[in-house]
Order: sequence, then structure tokens, then C-alpha cells
Amino acid sequence: MTTVPLLEVRDLQVEFHTRDGVAKAVNGVSYTVEAGQTLAVLGESGSGKSVTAQAVMGILDMPPGRITGGQILYRGQDLLTMSEEQRRKIRGDRIAMIFQDALSSLNPVLSVGYQLAEMFRVHRGMSRRQARARAIELMDRVRIPGARERVNDYPHQFSGGMRQRIMIAMALALEPDLIIADEPTTALDVTVQAQVMDLLAELQREYRMGLILITHDLGVVADVADTIAVMYAGRIVERADVHQLYRRPAHPYTKGLLDSVPRLDHKGGELYAIKGLPPSLTSLPGGCAFSPRCAAATDLCRSQTPAVVPVAPGRVAACHHWKETLDAPAA
Amino acid sequence: MPRQPDQREPILQVRDLVKHFPLTQGILLKRQIGAVKAVDGVSFDLHPGETLGIVGESGCGKSTVARLLMSLETPTSGQIRYKGQDISRLSGRALKAVRRNIQMVFQDPYTSLNPRMTVGDIIGEPYEIHPEAAPRGERRRKVQELLDVVGLNPEHINRYPHQFSGGQRQRIGIARGLALNPEIIICDEPVSALDVSVQAQVINLMERLQDEFGLSYVFIAHDLSVVRHISDRVAVMYLGRIVETGSHQEIYDHPTHPYTQALLSAVPVPDPAAREHRERIILRGDVPSPADPPSGCRFRTRCWKAQRTCAEVDPPLAVPVAFQGARGPVAHDSACHFAEEKEHVAHG
Repeated sequence: MTTVPLLEVRDLQVEFHTRDGVAKAVNGVSYTVEAGQTLAVLGESGSGKSVTAQAVMGILDMPPGRITGGQILYRGQDLLTMSEEQRRKIRGDRIAMIFQDALSSLNPVLSVGYQLAEMFRVHRGMSRRQARARAIELMDRVRIPGARERVNDYPHQFSGGMRQRIMIAMALALEPDLIIADEPTTALDVTVQAQVMDLLAELQREYRMGLILITHDLGVVADVADTIAVMYAGRIVERADVHQLYRRPAHPYTKGLLDSVPRLDHKGGELYAIKGLPPSLTSLPGGCAFSPRCAAATDLCRSQTPAVVPVAPGRVAACHHWKETLDAPAA
Repeated sequence: MPRQPDQREPILQVRDLVKHFPLTQGILLKRQIGAVKAVDGVSFDLHPGETLGIVGESGCGKSTVARLLMSLETPTSGQIRYKGQDISRLSGRALKAVRRNIQMVFQDPYTSLNPRMTVGDIIGEPYEIHPEAAPRGERRRKVQELLDVVGLNPEHINRYPHQFSGGQRQRIGIARGLALNPEIIICDEPVSALDVSVQAQVINLMERLQDEFGLSYVFIAHDLSVVRHISDRVAVMYLGRIVETGSHQEIYDHPTHPYTQALLSAVPVPDPAAREHRERIILRGDVPSPADPPSGCRFRTRCWKAQRTCAEVDPPLAVPVAFQGARGPVAHDSACHFAEEKEHVAHG
């Protein structure tokens, strides 16, 4: 295929200037998302998964943050070099974002109906009445019971799951091509999480949107993703099709993560635990950032940063010893 | 190694525990206009050396149970018997003596440690309150031992909490819980704030400490996979009540209460191969307000099996009539009129 992907991030670099020095939060991240596809970006706190998304969305706090290199291509156009006006047309209109905490993302002193209608009035120049009708339609669409009666309610009058639906409605309002969801269900209970993820997947199919799902939850990823990018200390350590990645991880960090989750379907013995702690971004270890915690690390790992190399059709990994990991028998 | 804790006398017996928080109206003349029924008739036993997991969603009352067990709240009614003695209404010296044996580990390692105290002072604080536990001269050495036990460097005794990561702070919280050599530790969401790779380290540590010191845990969490991993027995709570309880196999492999089945089916399984042929029970609506719970069975407003009886008769927490003659894992306590086995809800 020679078509231009919906979104392509190329070698993105983001730094933060802190009291303790320069933190390299994102250090050469590349990924693509196609229409109708779900890319899951998996990582722990501080891995740079949210910062990458914020850079795409243009909501990075600058300063202290700074994009020092790379490209963010939306349908082939670089968002980082275009004029502010052009950029604003794409961000917000064509790319929308859903945040983890719906309560703090919604304005507490405005009714949800007003906040939804505002999207249509500002971006589409609709009248108050038209916009309100569209807001009710949207609330219906995300299955909020009694939308017509609840349109004038305030965010605090809704439950957590309902608020997250309103966030989804807001993101969908302008029918974007791409949705970035940053831990959309982390604050929700499991039964509500299942409702919200179901809704999101259904709407994505219907509108053929691209979805970037940022999460730390290996279970949610396995349920919805097509492709997974695993991040560690600001870099992508492995990117693969979801089935391949769970069946045969190519990076020791991915393997360690998969082995360290307790399972619902059997009790199991002692959990596998990755030793040590994630490194500080202001003083990354030399060579591979994962080497101090890696059981298979050699002198090569400690001295040379592994490049991101193809390990199979459509999958890449950044490990000197990916072959051994890939060929290791499943635990 | 299967433990058989049921042979011995329970160390903790909770009977019909109730905690209602009054709702009032008016500023000067406060009138009670109702009550939030946070915990509404909860009973369970905890045996020496075992882990009882309590699971449920936000607002089900699991954290209130923890606070009641710790005597941080006074129950509206009901009993908490520690080795046969009701501790729920103790005060002063008697309460202090009992508390030595029941300690707590909190969820948030960022707010449960005083940022102005050194790690040594935090872990050693229990000795200030219970001076008989360790003579003054030995405390520093004891704190260093505890640091070593939980896998931290004993030389870091003079550092402050902010110098540690989340996982290390949770270890500090655990060391403080262990300081008085308690018999029971109440853990309220002890690993939910931690990253996956660090969570596994802390869970392994807690299991090791349990074997080493013969501790009994009440382990409260919303993560069903973590609870299965660590628990011998599990209680599922919904709206202030236990709806189903049994061994971990009984609850996870043979659930009979529709709420447990829905809860288990909603947990995402880290295996993409399972997603095509997995049956999901998606519950309707939200949890009702605990200030005004439904009549009869509290789950009936969201239950797909609900019938007239469910609104009229409150199902007791007992082995359901249908399974009363049965042997094996289906015959466990489940508060449902239409309890039914539904196998493999937790599996792919």
C-alpha cells in the first residue's frame, strides 16, 4: 500500500527542563495509525506514553516541555511545521482526545448540554437551538438514559461512567478521524469499564476512526487493540500485532510485564517480578535503558543503545538479544 | 501447598456488622433525614494464617469494613470479635492493647506517610505509642531490621519519603504495619496505586511475610485478578452486603451469584486469543444509592434474572436451596433466589 497513513509519528523527541536537569521524556518514538485501526500504547508511569499523545494533540506544557525533533504527520502534513491556524483546524476538529479523569476535564459550573453544544456553536457556527438539539442527539448516541431530561444537569450530577460517556460524546461531536484516549477507563469500576470500552469500540467501527489507546492495563489492550507499541523510558521497545505480541514477545521487558500480571483464571504460584525500578529520566543508564533490570543483559546491552529493528513482518523491537527472547518457550 | 485454616478457631469473627452514616438537614437544628447504609449486615470469619479477599466496586462498603475492623469507626450495630472478645466498642487502654495486634496498610503510599518525618521515625512511630513493644535503646536496630525484611536498604533510615519511589514507599508502609508484630493486617487496596512490574514485587513480598510471620490478612481490593492470586477465601460485596463467599476456586471457577458472574466476565483477560469466544455480561445502569437501597435483593435492579420474589424477599447469604444436597465447589454461600452455576466466566 502506498496510501498516506492517517497519523504517522516519526522519531519524536520531547524534553522537559527540570530542576534536576533535562529529562528526555520521549526519545525517538515512531508509530502509525490507520483509519479504523486501534493502536495501543502500553507503558508504566513515566514511560512517555502520555507525553507522546500530548505532543500529537498539541497540549504539551511548553515550557517546561520542548519538542526537540521529529515529525507528526496527519495525512502526510507535518503538524509541527504548519501555521498555528492550519494546525488548530486539524487538532480539535479532526483529532479529538478523551482523558482519564472526566470530572476534572469537564467544567463544573456549566451544564453538560452547554458544554456539548459549545462544540457545535464554536466549530460549526450553529445556532443555540440547533446546537442543543445536536447535544441531546449525541447524549442519546452514547446511551445516556433520559438525555432530553438530563441535558441541563451539571457534571457532578452524573456517575463516573456517565461522565466518561459525556467525554466520549464530546470527542465524537465533530466526527473526528482520530481519537486519542488516555487511560479512558482507569478510574472506572470493571463492570462500568466494560460498558465504556464496548461503546468506544462500537462507535469506532461505525465511524471508521483511528484510535490511539494509551493504557497500562494489559487486559484492556488484549481486548481491543490491533497493534501494540510498548514503551519504556521514553522509547518504543517493541511494536507488534496484538496476537503475536502476547503469544511471543520479542523484548524482555514485554515478556516480564506479561509474566508479572496475576491471572483471573488460575491462582498460580509466586509472581514473576521484574527486579528494580524504572530509571530516572534525567539520568538514563548508558546503553539499553532496561539493561539494569534485565536478566539477559550483557556487556553489549550496557554500552550500546539497541536500534529499533524489524524482527518479523510488521513487527519491530529494540533489543540486542531479541532472537533469544522471541524463541524462548512460553512460560 | 494447600493450607487448611478452617481446622482452627477463627482469630476474627465479624457478625452482622452495620455502619450507617446519618444524613442531616439544617444548620442549627440538625434533623436526620436518612442514612447512607455503607455496611449493612456483614458477617465473616478470619482464620489464623489465611488471607480473606474482599472484592467489590466503589461504594460497596469494602473500605468502611476495613475502617471498622481497625476501630477507626464505631459500628452502628454488630460485633467484631477478636479471639472471642468483642472489640467494636472498646476504648482507652483496652482498645490500645487490641490495636497492637491489628495493623493496617493503606492504599496510597504518597499520602499515608508523613513527608516531614524520616523513614526511621515513620516505621518507629508505633513504638512511641506502644513503648512496651521495644525498649528505647533497641528501636533503631529494630527499624533497620524491618527495612531489611521488606527489601529496603537499612542505611536509608534517615531519608524522607519523597526520596523513595511508589513501590518503595509501599514497602515502608508495610514495614510500619509489621513493627508491632501484629497477628492481623488489614490491607486496603495496597497495590492499586503501583505499576504492574512493581505491583508483582509488593505482592510477592506480602506473601513471603505472611509465611514468615504467620500473619492473617484481610485483603481489600477492586482488582479481581490480584485478589485471586493472594486470597485463600474471597467475599464479594455489593451495596453494603456480602453477596457470595467461598474459597477462591468456588468463587472464581464456580460462581453462582449473578453479580459475581457479571463482575468476573467484565474483567479484561490479558490474552487476545480469548476475545472472540468470550461471553461478556454487560450490566445495565449504575449501582443504586446506598442511602436508598432497593427492597429485597439489592442487586435486582441490575439483574437479568430478577423476578417478583427478588423485590419482596431478601435472599439470605447461605448455600442456595438448589445446591443444598450437592457436594463440591458449587455448594457455597450465595445470596440469590435463582443461584445457578455458570462455568468458565473467568476463562477464555
